[in-house]
Amino acid sequence: MVSKDIYFIPEPSKWPIVASLALFTTFIGGAMLLNQSSNGKYVLILGAMGIIYMFAGWFSSVISESLSGSYNRQVDVSFRMGMGWFIFSEVMFFAAFFGALFYARVLSVPWLSGEGHGVATHQFLWPAFKAAWPMSVMPNPASFTAYKDTIPATGIPAINTLLLLTSGVTITFAHWALKKVQRNHLCAWLAATVLLGALFVYLQAGEYHHAYSELNLKLSSGIYGSTFFLLTGFHGFHVTMGAVMILAILFRSLKGHFTKNDHFAFEAVAWYWHFVDVVWLGLFIFVYWL
Amino acid sequence: MSSQTIADHDHHDHKPVGIKRWLFSTNHKDIGTMYLVFALIMFFIGGSMAMVIRAELFQPGLQFVDPQFYNSMVTVHALVMIFGAVMPAGVGLANWMIPIMIGAPDMALPRMNNMSFWILPFAFALLLGTLFIDGGGPAGGWTMYPPLVLQTGKAFPYLIFAVHFLGVSSIMGAINIIATVFNMRAPGMTLMRLPLFVWTWVITAFLLIASMPVLAGAVTMLLTDKYFGTSFFNAAGGGDPVLFQHIFWFFGHPEVYILILPAFGIISQIIPTFARKPLFGYASMVYATASIAILSFFVWAHHMFTVGLPITGELFFMYATMLIAVPTGVKVFNWVATMWKGAMTFEAPMLFAIAFVILFTIGGFSGLMLGITPVDFQYHDTYFVVAHFHYVLLTGAVFALMASAYYWLPKWTGYMYDEKLAKIHFWLSAIASNVLFFPQHFLGLAGMPRRIPDYSVQFADFNMISSLGGFAYGISQLLFVYIVIKCVLGGKKATSQVWEGARGLEWTLSSPPPFHSFTKPPKVTKALMDY
Repeated sequence: MVSKDIYFIPEPSKWPIVASLALFTTFIGGAMLLNQSSNGKYVLILGAMGIIYMFAGWFSSVISESLSGSYNRQVDVSFRMGMGWFIFSEVMFFAAFFGALFYARVLSVPWLSGEGHGVATHQFLWPAFKAAWPMSVMPNPASFTAYKDTIPATGIPAINTLLLLTSGVTITFAHWALKKVQRNHLCAWLAATVLLGALFVYLQAGEYHHAYSELNLKLSSGIYGSTFFLLTGFHGFHVTMGAVMILAILFRSLKGHFTKNDHFAFEAVAWYWHFVDVVWLGLFIFVYWL
Repeated sequence: MSSQTIADHDHHDHKPVGIKRWLFSTNHKDIGTMYLVFALIMFFIGGSMAMVIRAELFQPGLQFVDPQFYNSMVTVHALVMIFGAVMPAGVGLANWMIPIMIGAPDMALPRMNNMSFWILPFAFALLLGTLFIDGGGPAGGWTMYPPLVLQTGKAFPYLIFAVHFLGVSSIMGAINIIATVFNMRAPGMTLMRLPLFVWTWVITAFLLIASMPVLAGAVTMLLTDKYFGTSFFNAAGGGDPVLFQHIFWFFGHPEVYILILPAFGIISQIIPTFARKPLFGYASMVYATASIAILSFFVWAHHMFTVGLPITGELFFMYATMLIAVPTGVKVFNWVATMWKGAMTFEAPMLFAIAFVILFTIGGFSGLMLGITPVDFQYHDTYFVVAHFHYVLLTGAVFALMASAYYWLPKWTGYMYDEKLAKIHFWLSAIASNVLFFPQHFLGLAGMPRRIPDYSVQFADFNMISSLGGFAYGISQLLFVYIVIKCVLGGKKATSQVWEGARGLEWTLSSPPPFHSFTKPPKVTKALMDY
């Protein structure tokens, strides 16, 4: 047996294979749905339930190992590295969509209107097209319905920026409370963070509704709509996940799981929350504002 | 567990038993073994697709399969070989060897390690299953360029989700390797004492974490373009099909180094062992590998010289590509200098390693030719490209993997493999692969396009030679399976040291090593690595 004071190796676990199976089921359900199969949604729901079951089970076994004191400093560092590099991989995922946005704004849309080496393209394809951003008239207007307007940076997006930045402050207050062993303050600040996150998602959903029902701004509104909805949509999904994670941390705080020096789960979630915050700043500047 | 502990009491080496040992594993050696076996199976699945391709190309005209199926064979062959064979083989080796090379008890995150592996069979079930549904498998090439790939039928979402799934596996595997190397090294195993295989894998892991999410983004855009009306790759809506190629190759070029860097590491372990000299220029090898990795993010558009890039773009990517020849040259010269005046013997791993150095260099040179923008206009999308990347990936990456298998099989199984058969396997592979791929250079220079099931008659002779080489290569790999099985079942007992000239922690452990490699951290001194 590997001695626990030197090394920690977990016992064999069923969760990894449950996770693979659940993801597999989810993907099959999603693919069936996209292929117009009527049973797709049931498979998808089954897979999603599998994923929730897996997360609950895997995390509860990790939590009980952590509470029983099985982990040493080395495990803690491994977890920290794991979370840090996971967040970096998420950054690169968003980078692909930001890359698409910059490419469209700086290169492909101007080329289509004849700039640079796009002269011939412009003349042969859609000579009437004029570059603009936001681009409400598409190069080939026949296959798109124009949208009335885009969502301005002032208004809800500015309020949302304020909400997320504030939530970054509240989670830091929660961390300070945790370090000072003030559990009531910790829980209160965490609850405030969850609320701010939830409010953000609520307002964002309202914006989407407004865009779809009144502005006619949709996923199918050319490259502007594509980049707008995929960037903000993936961000919104990450905020939702982050809020769920903070909620889980709140419940664990209520149960008194964390100690002054030993609260990696809290920190991991806080890092994730700050990452989501920074992505939003990028969105606010490059998608809404400029 | 208690009964088991008592039963195995004096081993202190209790293993879980039965199917659960594999399904629920948290052991780096078991997971490594599963990766390697999986990779070998996929090597034969992908290989049989290559046989279909070479059979079809044996003579001009359509012989055996319809063009759609031919194209899906080309597409799936590539995906299987890249994501199913070479990458998992590399991760399998990393799993087996990194912990015992750095003196760790296991990987840093053993459960996540098992998940990285168990995703693979499911992801390939998604991908290979498409060959049996209406409309057949994906046939737009592994690069999935729109708008062609958007014409894929029901296979499309399965293709996209399989890529997502494989990406999840790769990212988790990479995170695990980074955490293991940076957090689990034994005392005294400083970074500049790491075996080069470990170094190349760490750098590969960074490439994976930075590039796989970008691929996930690219295929997500394909999915929304097809099903949700977005216009990322549709010029009518302001997008650009070429945008996909930019994003894809931002992933794709680091990806080719993900395939080859672990091979560099393997060769850097094997050549010193059989030349009985320390690796020439260790530090320069580390820096060269890191330079190659960094440069790999600035050369992607050399895959797209003919799409109509601005001239500044063409020039930038040409010069950046040329620059990669410098660190790669450093590596090749270092391997040669390691052999210089060495007391060399030529066991199977060394034969494969020397063949790697020569044949990979041929592939590297044809890569330089392709990297020169104006000449690429002639070579682009011809069989010259096919010859190039098969020299670097088959006689490069796969030869290195074969070398590593022979090098470490005695360590893994505790038995020596059959050296005579292994040498026959080497010579058959080396001759057959050159008969297979060398004529493809001529075909490409003469203008034969890739990914087309038929060709005009002047290409007939070289294609027939190439196909004969292909069949010979395919059949000779069965010999490898026989040698591996024979070795697993028994043979001459291997010592811990195995190879006279081998250095490093892994050779201090018994062959096979105990279930948990190091229960206490070993002390690593400089003397361990000295000759």
